[in-house]
This record gives sequence, C-alpha cells and structure tokens, in this order.
Amino acid sequence: MSTPLLLDVRDLHVTYPSGGGVPAVRGVSFQLERGETLGVAGESGCGKSTLAGALLRLLPPGTEVSGEVLLDGENVLTMREDRLRAVRWTELAVVFQGALHTLNPVKRVGWQIEEAITTHERGIPRSELRGRVAELLETVGIPGRRAVDYPHQLSGGQRQRVLIALALACSPHLLIADEPTTALDVMVQAQVLRLLEDLQRDLGLAVVFITHDLSTLAAVCRRLLVMYAGRVVEDGPSDEVFGSPKHPYTAALAAAFPIIGDARFRMAPSGLPGDPPDPRHLPSGCTFHPRCSVARPECASRAVELWPAGEGRRAACVQVLDEVPT
Amino acid sequence: MTDPALLELRDVHVRFRGRRGAVAQAVDGVDLDVRAGEVLALVGESGCGKTTLARTILGLERPVEGEVRFDGSPLEYGNDWLRRYRRKVQMVFQDPTGALNPRQTIYESVAEGLRIQKVPGREEALVAEALSRSGLRPPERFFALFPYEVSGGQRQRVVIAGAMILEPELLVADEPVSSLDASVRGEILQLMLGLVRETGIAILVVTHDLGLAWNIADRVAVMYLGRIVEQGPTEQLLSAPHHPYTKALLSVVPEVERLEQQILEGETPDPTRIPSGCRFHPRCPLVQSGEAARLGIEERCRTEDPAELRSVPGTADGSGHVAACHAVG
Amino acid sequence: MTALAGGKTPSARRITWIRRRRAFAGAWRDYRASTPGLIGLGVLVVIVIGSLAAPLLANHDNLDPSKTLTTPLWASPSQLSPLGTDNLGRPIWDQLVYGSRVSLLVGLAATVIAMVIGSVVGVVAGFYDGWPSAVLMRVTEWFLVIPFLPLAIVLASILGPNVRNVIIVIGITSWPGTARVIRAQVLTVKQRLYVERSRALGAADRHLMLRHIVPNVSPLILANTTLTVPIAILSETTLSFLGLGDPLRASWGRMLDEAFSNGAIGKNAWWYYLPPGIGIVLVVLAFTLVGHALEEVLDPRLRERRS
Repeated sequence: MSTPLLLDVRDLHVTYPSGGGVPAVRGVSFQLERGETLGVAGESGCGKSTLAGALLRLLPPGTEVSGEVLLDGENVLTMREDRLRAVRWTELAVVFQGALHTLNPVKRVGWQIEEAITTHERGIPRSELRGRVAELLETVGIPGRRAVDYPHQLSGGQRQRVLIALALACSPHLLIADEPTTALDVMVQAQVLRLLEDLQRDLGLAVVFITHDLSTLAAVCRRLLVMYAGRVVEDGPSDEVFGSPKHPYTAALAAAFPIIGDARFRMAPSGLPGDPPDPRHLPSGCTFHPRCSVARPECASRAVELWPAGEGRRAACVQVLDEVPT
Repeated sequence: MTDPALLELRDVHVRFRGRRGAVAQAVDGVDLDVRAGEVLALVGESGCGKTTLARTILGLERPVEGEVRFDGSPLEYGNDWLRRYRRKVQMVFQDPTGALNPRQTIYESVAEGLRIQKVPGREEALVAEALSRSGLRPPERFFALFPYEVSGGQRQRVVIAGAMILEPELLVADEPVSSLDASVRGEILQLMLGLVRETGIAILVVTHDLGLAWNIADRVAVMYLGRIVEQGPTEQLLSAPHHPYTKALLSVVPEVERLEQQILEGETPDPTRIPSGCRFHPRCPLVQSGEAARLGIEERCRTEDPAELRSVPGTADGSGHVAACHAVG
Repeated sequence: MTALAGGKTPSARRITWIRRRRAFAGAWRDYRASTPGLIGLGVLVVIVIGSLAAPLLANHDNLDPSKTLTTPLWASPSQLSPLGTDNLGRPIWDQLVYGSRVSLLVGLAATVIAMVIGSVVGVVAGFYDGWPSAVLMRVTEWFLVIPFLPLAIVLASILGPNVRNVIIVIGITSWPGTARVIRAQVLTVKQRLYVERSRALGAADRHLMLRHIVPNVSPLILANTTLTVPIAILSETTLSFLGLGDPLRASWGRMLDEAFSNGAIGKNAWWYYLPPGIGIVLVVLAFTLVGHALEEVLDPRLRERRS
C-alpha cells in the first residue's frame, strides 16, 4: 500500500464497570486513510461517544477496553502515558459539543490556545506564539483581535469555532468531532460544517464525525458507519448508505430526516417504534430484531455479521444474503 | 377564509429589560392567526423570539403592546381567568426531562392538570386513557414509574398526555422533538399528527426545523428577530420561498440538495439592537450581492422597515402566502 | 392541600404510596452506608430512650431542693450513687437523666420553631420577586447580624426564665441561617421547567409552592433541622449557664452552671461537671453526624447524579 492507514481500529470492545459491566462497544473495526472523512451515526446509547472516548483513551477509570486502536501503526490503547499526552493534540484532537463547558470561563480564549500549543512545544518566543494564535483564530473565521476575549463574550457559534481552533493548535492529522454542531442553530451549524469541510480539504485533515444526524453526515462525509447497540450494522459510501440503506435500522434512521419537497414525507413523519436495547440485556440473534419491521423468525436466533452488500458496502442484516448470491 | 381564527395575535410586542438597562424587543409586532384544527409551524433560530411568543400565547408573558385573542375574546391576566384559559390552551416543552418533577410519579404528573383544573370524573380512568392515547400502553405499567425510569421519548409522551388530558383546543409545542433522538422524533410527530386527526385540536409548533414543518404543518410562519417575515401554506412556502431569510434557511437543510447553499454570515443580532430599516438587511444576501441595488430598493432596505406582510406575486389571492421584504410585490 | 382531596382513586394512591415507601427504603439503604451516620443515630437512640425512660432509671424525688436528703454532700461516685452527689447531696445521676429531658425538649422544640419560621420565610422570599422578598430578606439579615447572645439575653430577661420562654427565645433567634439556605434552593427550583409546566397547566402560586417548591426543598429542610438541633441545645446550655434557664428544672446547662457557681472545679468534683458536659458533647456530635449523613443522602445534586 502506498498510503499507510492513519487509523486502524481492530475488534474494539469497551465495557463500563457499573452495575456488573455494561458492554457499550462490542467489536468495532474500521479503517481510515489520511485526509478521509468518516461519519459515525447512531442513536444515543449506541456506543458512538464511547467509541470516540476509546480512540482518545478518555474513558473513566475501571473501564475495560480490548482490541487495538492503531494510529499510524501505534496502539493508542497500550501507549505509555507520556507518549499518549504527546499524541493527543499533535496527532489526533477532539471537538466536543457544548463549547461553553469545555472552555475555561475565566481565561481569555487566546491564552487557552497558547496553553495548548506550549504544552506540546516548549520555548516558542512570545511574539511567535501570539502570531500563531491569531492565525489559528483567522483559520476558523474569528478575527485575531478576539484572542483577548473571554468565552462568555463570544457567541455560541464563535465558541465552537474557538474549540476547533484549539483542536487544530498542534496541527493534528486526525480530528474527532463528537456532535460538534448539535447545540447550534441551523445557520451556525451550516457555518461550522462548512468550516470543517474547508479545513479537511485545505489541511488534508482526516475527520471522524460522530452525530445522530444522519442527513448531516451524508452531506459532509464520504464514508458512513451506522452503529446500533455497540456494533456497526452498516457501512459504505455515505450517499449510498443514506440514499438506499441496506439495513432496516439505517432505513428508519434515514427516513426520520424528511426530504423537503418530497411528497412521501409530506404529512407523514416517520420514526422507529421502541427504544434502543439495554446493553446489559441485549436481545438474542440480531439485536435489532425486536424493533425491526421486516424481521423474520430466524432473526431472533441467527447471529449477524457485516456481510458484503454491494460495491464497498457491508450490512449486518440477513436480507443482504438474499440479494448477493453466495 | 371562512374559518374564524381560534387564536389571533394582533401587533404583539414583548420586551424585557436586560442588565445595564438595555431593552430587548423579544417580540416586536407580531400578527398571527391559528385556525381551529390546523398545524402551524413557527420557524426561526434561537433568539428570534419564538419561545417568548409561545409563552405569550399561554399568558406566561404579558405583551406590552397589542393583544392576544382566543375565540374572539382578548386574554385577561387575572388568576382565575388564566386558569380557565389554560384548560383550552396547553403547552409541550422542549426538554421533557426538565418539564417533569423528578419527585412525582408519572401518574401524578399526568393527573396534575386534572387536579389544578378540578376536572370531574374518575381520575384514574382519565389518566389511563390519556397515557394510552399518548402511546404509553398499557398505561397502568407507567403509573408508578418516576420520570428517570423511562426513556426521553416516553417522557415527552408523558408531557403530551399531561397536556391532552385537559382536552385543550390549542396545543403550543415548543421544539417538542429537538432534544430527542432521530428515531423517536418521528414517533412523537406521528403522535401529534394523530391527535390533530382524532381530536381536531390545533397545534402551534415552534421549531427551528423546516423538515418538521414539512412533516406535520399545514402552514408555516418564519420568524426573524421578533417579527414574522414570511408566512404561507407549507407546500407553497417551502417550494417557493420569497423572503431571502427563508431561502437561506431552506438552503442549509442538508436534505435539500437542489438549492445552492446560502450560508448567512454572522449570527442573529441581539434583540436589544435591532438594525434600522429592514431588520434583516445587514445579513441579507440580496443586499450583499448587489441584487437589491440592481432592483433599486437598497436604500429602502437600509432605512425603511417592511412592517407589512405583502402577498407574494403569482399566488392566488387568499392563499395567504405573504412576505415582509421590499423585493416582494 | 386541595390536591389530595377529590377524586383520587385508592389504587393509584396505593401505588404511589408503595413507591414512596420504596424511595424511603432506598434512602435508608444509602444512609446505612455511612458509618458516622449510624454511630450518631445509635447514640441518639440511646439518649432519647434514656430520657423517655427517666422515671425507671432515676428518682425524681431526689431532685426536689426542699427535700432533706440522707446522702452525703459532695460524695464522689460510689455504689450508693454511681455518679456521686452535688453540694446539696442530690445524686448527679438523677439530675443527669432528668436534665436530658429538658435539654432535648428545648433543643427539639426550639428547632421546630426555627424551622417553621426559616422555611416559610425562605420559601416565600425565594418564590416571590420584588418587595415582599426584599423586605423578608432585610429582616433575615437583620436577625443574622445581631449577635445571638445579647439578643437572647435581653429576650430571656424580658420574658422571664422558664422552659417555654427559653424555647421561644432560641427558636426566634435560630432561623435566619435556614431561611437563607432555603431561599437559595427555592431560587433555583423555581426556575425549573416543571414549575413552568405546572403554571401552564393553570396552577396558582399556592399550588406551585406546596406541590413543587416545598417537596423539592424538603430534604434540605430535614438536613438543616438535624444540624440546627445541636446548636439549639448548645444555646440552651449557654443561657442556663448564664442563669437565664428555668431555675426549677434541671437541665444539663443548669447543672454546669450550678457546678461552676458552687465551686465544683475548685473542689475537684469532676463527677459534678463532667457528666453533663459529656452528655452535651455526645448529643451535639450525634446530631451533627446524623445531619451530615442525611445531607449526603438527600442532597438534590448528589441524588440527580445518581439517577
């Protein structure tokens, strides 16, 4: 291979210690090349945020993690603490939702960006530091002079931009964005998404984009991964996954975002009955079968795995076995 | 239009005094009708005054100018009058978790309206019926549960049951699904649409989501900075928007690919500093692209407030598709 | 409360009752996890049972000052009187047992007064904006800044020394702290969306306060109560020690006062002043331990995190 993989996640399992062990991620594998965008979709509780935490090794103590998270061939899960600190920010960085809580309210935003830079690179002259902060802020569309502002002086969208600037402070290769636009207004959301797209293109950044909003992912990411109950149930090119889902769960999720102007959605909201399963008492067979509208008797017992479902696509549903002759 | 409006807002202004004496014009001259049995979506971004408007309709805020009329009579603000009024007009909130008292069982939360309004009848039967009509079946299973023991979607159903148990004529729903997961969203919207069909209730749904409007609304009103800027039947408004703000909003919805994205710069200004002239002109793509200058209206955009909602051209009279823009009409 | 009357059916009420009992059981389970809380509770149970069973444990006749006693004066602990006798030959044990009644009664009754005033002022001042709140808070602050002792001394000497007046004096000087704590909590509770929802359902202020505000601040009131009792007991001791207590009834504070004024310290009669002193320390410590354990169990922030 000419371009080595940036991120290679192999059979990742994460179990929280509370209440006798809650399996939140149950065997997730995926790969990401440099400069690629990957969307991870799913409802709350499907394990997508846990996945983000595992990639960054930011999980509460006592959490059991197994499998491998290879970043440039190096396993994040077994790295020494000091190496891990170096890798966070310089290799991979994260943007969380809720910018107000992530920024320190009593420090100027410029200072907070400086801090992120100086923890990883010592001995930068003051003037150069100032310049870099201003440059970073300009990159995310905030005038450099706003560096002296405190977080509360900025609007919600600007704070989210500062968080992105913070993540970019040490020029990482991989950005993990966990619901980065959820709390924002539609117009600001569009601004931030466009910013992420521009950065991805201009800086050659790889982005793992995590959100429940399948339609946003389809618009922003090249490849899509749909999670349900701690497992990937479908993956493939985002247009195809959103446009013609192979897994009934993806189909239900996609239908939840109406296409304006499409008569099929007019006065016909579509949802998915039931609630996501309790990770401690997962249904047998396919974990989705109790909510599935096309479930067959065998689904309650037959184990599913990600079967090939067309060019570059996979889905964990027995239906795909009907289509593809084995 | 032969239907008399159930709810009429006439030139409603609501102001708040902020810190340092600044006065926020949260709602700045709104005229709006909600007809019996219809679903009206009030669309806007946060800070546009849509939640304040919803609270004003419930009588939770009092307009400083203008009036709210229900069934032809203006709202009064005495305790007894408001209590009786709130049997007819009910509200559903954005955050169902916060809207339920964590110390009350679901039964108590749903029965609360009955007790406040002293509704006669067998309370338990009424609660059971309200819960099952909201899709919580069998209702008895939910009676003794506390809010934290059910899912977010179920909590919203409890809030809806608590409102519907009073058999109101109008339900004001403030962002009823925005805190819920995508799959649950459709379920709650289906429930609301079902309630309209079964009981003939009118719903005013406050939202930032145009897709939601396409899903359930008969009519849409778009609000910007305290004012309705465009209003009309859903199909017409969403297929042929006339106000540049509506166009921009529609263009950023990810599901709409046929439109070129028109991302407005900056954010909605603070309601303490409403721009002069047309309140949208500092962010208006028409003004920025020079289109307004070409049409010869730029001066008016900057100085003259397009207060009046005018019929958009090319629609039949009485379709009610109106917009407040100098470029329209 | 109007909401409890009316058409509430028995089965729904029963279910609710079962749930309440279960919630209580859960709180008790959490409480049991706290060793200091259990120790405090154990000490309190022993002392309360002791004071209730006073007639069985001690002889009240021995406390009558007019009665001539056969026991020796200033006797150190012996088989005859386990804790020795005082300057008049009265057994310390009998005084200690009966004195616990007065100390506990004053502590609890004064706390009830303080809690009622503090809760009502706190809830009303927190719930309403504008002048009623401002007036109540000024009064509260006024009580808070006036030093307790001079005010109590003045009040006690005006009202005259008896148990009822001591209770009143302590009660009306101990509420401002509670009022402020309760008001702060009310200010956050009244912002909650469920209060708004209830208002939208047509609720008037009374309903909002009784059904939503008070239930949500009641854990705080309870925890505050257990922390106010020891302060009230100490206040009773202080007033009695200063000679402002009820001269006709033995309390731990008055025992200390008499021991001191009769020169027990000079005579090295430790059996006279140590028992009431230890009794006060134990009760105060026990209530404080219980109060802190309760606070941990009932604190709304901790509770919410748990659920």
